[in-house]
Amino acid sequence: MAQARINRIAGLHGPAGWLLFLLAVAAVLVLMPVLNRVVSPESIFHVPNWMLTLTGRFLCLALVALALDLIWGYTGILSLGHGAFFALGGYVMGMHLTRNSYADGGVPNFIQFLGVSEWPWFWVPFQWFWFTALMILLVPGVLAFLFGFFAFRSRVRGVYFAIITQALTFGMMLLFFRTETGVGGDTGLTNFQTLLGFSVRDADTRLALYLVSALAVIGGYLACRYIVTSKLGRVLTAIRDAESRVRFTGYNPLRYKLFVWTLSAMLCGVAGALYVPQTGVINPGEMAPAQSIEMAVWVALGGRGTLVGALAGAGIVNGMKSYVTAVHPDLWLFFLGALFIIVTLFLPRGVVGLFQRVRGEGGRS
Amino acid sequence: MNRAVAAFRELQRRDRVFPFLQEAAPSPGLDTRHGPILYVEGISRSFDGFQALDDLTLYVDDGELRCIIGPNGAGKTTLMDVITGKTTPDSGHAWFGSRLNLLRMNEHAIAQAGIGRKFQKPTVFENLSVFENLELAMHADRGLRRSLFWRLDGEGRDRLDEVLALIGLEARRRTLAGSLSHGQKQWLEIGSLLMQNPRLLLVDEPVAGMTGQETEQTAELLVSLAGRHSVVVVEHDMEFVRSIARTVTVLHQGSVLAEGTMDQVQADPRVREVYLGEEET
Repeated sequence: MAQARINRIAGLHGPAGWLLFLLAVAAVLVLMPVLNRVVSPESIFHVPNWMLTLTGRFLCLALVALALDLIWGYTGILSLGHGAFFALGGYVMGMHLTRNSYADGGVPNFIQFLGVSEWPWFWVPFQWFWFTALMILLVPGVLAFLFGFFAFRSRVRGVYFAIITQALTFGMMLLFFRTETGVGGDTGLTNFQTLLGFSVRDADTRLALYLVSALAVIGGYLACRYIVTSKLGRVLTAIRDAESRVRFTGYNPLRYKLFVWTLSAMLCGVAGALYVPQTGVINPGEMAPAQSIEMAVWVALGGRGTLVGALAGAGIVNGMKSYVTAVHPDLWLFFLGALFIIVTLFLPRGVVGLFQRVRGEGGRS
Repeated sequence: MNRAVAAFRELQRRDRVFPFLQEAAPSPGLDTRHGPILYVEGISRSFDGFQALDDLTLYVDDGELRCIIGPNGAGKTTLMDVITGKTTPDSGHAWFGSRLNLLRMNEHAIAQAGIGRKFQKPTVFENLSVFENLELAMHADRGLRRSLFWRLDGEGRDRLDEVLALIGLEARRRTLAGSLSHGQKQWLEIGSLLMQNPRLLLVDEPVAGMTGQETEQTAELLVSLAGRHSVVVVEHDMEFVRSIARTVTVLHQGSVLAEGTMDQVQADPRVREVYLGEEET
């Protein structure tokens, strides 16, 4: 039985695939830290701290893209509300960080504005890291489960589902904008000091956060790969292509969709929680509908239903975004729009599809 | 007390085979001791004022091969929809065996209980290979965990090869189902149905778009299935119906117009009027 497990995991990739995987892992886990710490700052190969943290943030966004590809690329459910799950994970982490930045008994200004001088009840348990870690999974997970249960049970599909996910994230944004909600209103949560007793501005903490983000993406990728290569993954593909046939074959699509939808939201929560300490701020702007649409662009650009494409898409778009917003801040949205049009017209299967065409494969993803 | 002990001893005897173990039915709740496997009684259903089914009553015996014919709009597809849980009727009863109330079950539960359906337009999972299509349809636990950790065992592999040979797609097992020809898709769908190992097969226009030879093969297959499975075939092709049918039910305007052998049905003047008459002139 154990042998079968090992065979199954070894079969996730062909030999060439595993080689590429190991190279990518080595680059992220070994090469980047070495370039940051060992190579002297004068060398052109030196990676400064800010770039390490930027890469760490990109890795978090790549995890979001993976989660979105699982639900959109494989199961055919387009979500334009994944920003909400991402931001919820971020808020949970932000609450933990904020709570422990006022260890001497004080409270931040936005709590004082509510007319109280103590932490509201729902802030209290966030002083514990274990509770925070649990909530990073549970808050997005439970919301997604409830939302998904009602939507999928009513057989809301396609563009209608996409629209109500937009409404979900928009509604959440309005909720979090209110000062009365008690999580910082429109400025959100910022000015974080310590995480598990370490200063969040410290270079070592930054490196640790980067490494944890990298491990989260690697683990998330392998888990997604395991799912999509299992029979469950084939049921998901079948649901995408002919849902009623799946039903008449005896599978309950509701369960399968709920499972993958909830899992996807939880992955987003983890990504958000790792993103926030590396960015230093979380505010309701992360829940803006445009943010979620941008996430869909990452996946579309990279290539749907390939996982690798999602990772690549998130890297390409965010890399360009960092560059363009630094050079011509006004042009970014035009750039993004053009990118989306080009992908839709010329790259229906994304960058990965382009590679496959060049290599003359065409057939299977 | 002694009787209980004796009964317990009897249960422990290893040389005895219990009848309930021999019934290799996919569904434990199915009870066909009274004869029919399908009871459809007084079903009515209207769509926006159009009476698709009107007090329709139909029984199908266990192991029977039944053909349902009728002009367009006679309610053939709606009847299939009701049996498979896709449509809820306004009134009436539908039972699978004498214990399973089909009107209280949803599509996937009905499929799990042992009713397989083949659609008019062949629907296969286009982005999965022929092999994967059959594997997905294979009779097994449909739960999430079983699917996630599913491994095809030797027995399942043999069964798959057997069906692949039966539907003549052995050489194309790795081909994506989407790139098969129309007739091959029809066969793949029939193969998927066989993998489900249903007690009752509902087959909607199986030979539409098939060549003469394919039609013949399909007829042979359906006839060979009857007995082990009950088969209900909806078909327009009268030659085909004649070649396989033992009992034919003629639907007209949502209810049963006539029932009997092909010759009896064809001799019926009302049938000639609404349906066959048009064919033969």
